[in-house]
Amino acid sequence: MPANEWLLITVGAILVNNIVLSRILGICPFLGVSKKIKTALGMGGAVVFVMGIASFVTACLYHGLLSAKLNLTIGSFQIKNLDMSFTRILVFIVVIAALVQIVEILLQKFSPALYGALGIYLPLITTNCAVLGAAQLNADSGRSILASTVYGICSGIGFSLALLLFSSLRERLELSRIPKAFQGMSIALITAGILALAFMGFSGLVK
Amino acid sequence: MTNILIAAAVLALLGLVLGILIGYTAKRFAVEADPRIEEITELLPGANCGGCGYAGCADFAKEIVENDANISSCSACSEENFKKIAEILGKEAGNREKQVAVVYCSGDNHKAKRLARYNGLNDCRAAAALSGGGKTCRFGCIGLGSCARRCQFGAIEIRNGLAIVHPELCEGCGNCIDICPRKLIRLVPATSKIHVYCNSLEKGPVKRKACEAACIACKKCVRAVPDSFNAQGFLVRVTEDSNLTEETIREIACPTGALDTVAHHTAANSGKEGAA
Repeated sequence: MPANEWLLITVGAILVNNIVLSRILGICPFLGVSKKIKTALGMGGAVVFVMGIASFVTACLYHGLLSAKLNLTIGSFQIKNLDMSFTRILVFIVVIAALVQIVEILLQKFSPALYGALGIYLPLITTNCAVLGAAQLNADSGRSILASTVYGICSGIGFSLALLLFSSLRERLELSRIPKAFQGMSIALITAGILALAFMGFSGLVK
Repeated sequence: MTNILIAAAVLALLGLVLGILIGYTAKRFAVEADPRIEEITELLPGANCGGCGYAGCADFAKEIVENDANISSCSACSEENFKKIAEILGKEAGNREKQVAVVYCSGDNHKAKRLARYNGLNDCRAAAALSGGGKTCRFGCIGLGSCARRCQFGAIEIRNGLAIVHPELCEGCGNCIDICPRKLIRLVPATSKIHVYCNSLEKGPVKRKACEAACIACKKCVRAVPDSFNAQGFLVRVTEDSNLTEETIREIACPTGALDTVAHHTAANSGKEGAA
């Protein structure tokens, strides 16, 4: 792939088609852990980590197994050109959930420091739609395994960026006088909408 | 039909493989943890208030088991659970004195005079840094509720621009103390029920002009029960070992009402009277 293709994937995933603000995926953690910048950063780090690994593993599975048009022979049964790509939603979600579990156990054992920083956020991402969404988008656009991994990591960075911006805004909101009717989640949702509008400014940057 | 069979077969196989994989990793790479840590975490209040000085209840439980941290630094734990924890550890429970926070001010928006209208950030520390909030008194409660937002037990209520501690909800964690820019909040033993609700160090007449509820140091109370009060300059404090009763307070009848019982102060300021 030429260099500008990689740039396209990176900029596209982080800014133009931001997974939260443009594709509207992963809204639950976006609203849930955005009250403080510190937790937002922890969550962002965990998402980059998990999305990278999950994109890699699901892309391997997709290319190697699901869409590989295998020829199977079980006893007297013969199946030719077996295309299992229609099961990918089911497969991806189960694989991602199991993967995060395993990664969590391994982290706890081998890197307690990293576990301490990301640990509490990892279970939150096991069935996160943004992670599944990144895997699906990779399969849809037929990216190679390496390109899928890069796309996954960049989508994670895009998610962290959106979360960081939003949590800084919410920390400011915390200190301002807000009319009673708008306090709490309603002003947060309005802010999220305006932030998404602002990100619309990037559309057209990458075609 | 084949598609359905394929999907079922793929998922069944996948479930089996992943199940075995997770089971294996969980066994192979399990981290040994002292079971007592979990038991003690269950018994602790779980509010993660940080009053003990550790990062949360789970962290505190770990420190108790591993580094012999003092159990009684948790002020929110109930007496019953406290004894159970001591039992788990095989230690004497010891005595704990319950403490509650007191806000030494009774100048709400009706009693304290206003110097200006404060319209800045809704936070006492911001107000203190800017101009000291809207009230004339430079010592009293700013009333923007930084302490109430900090309290995890919902024990502090802001009514008419004055912070009121509800002693039955307060667990004595002390989180509110250092957030108050006026240093108005102190932890006192839950048994002391009578306080002088004023913290102003101004001269009597100046205070009188600034707030109807200030302690103007008329010393009426000191003359009545000399042993129970301690006058420093223009501010009177109830001594720690005083054994004043509600009747005595009523007899003394503090002219500004700064000397008050906890029950009356809480009821009067958070009740219907304050509605305006």
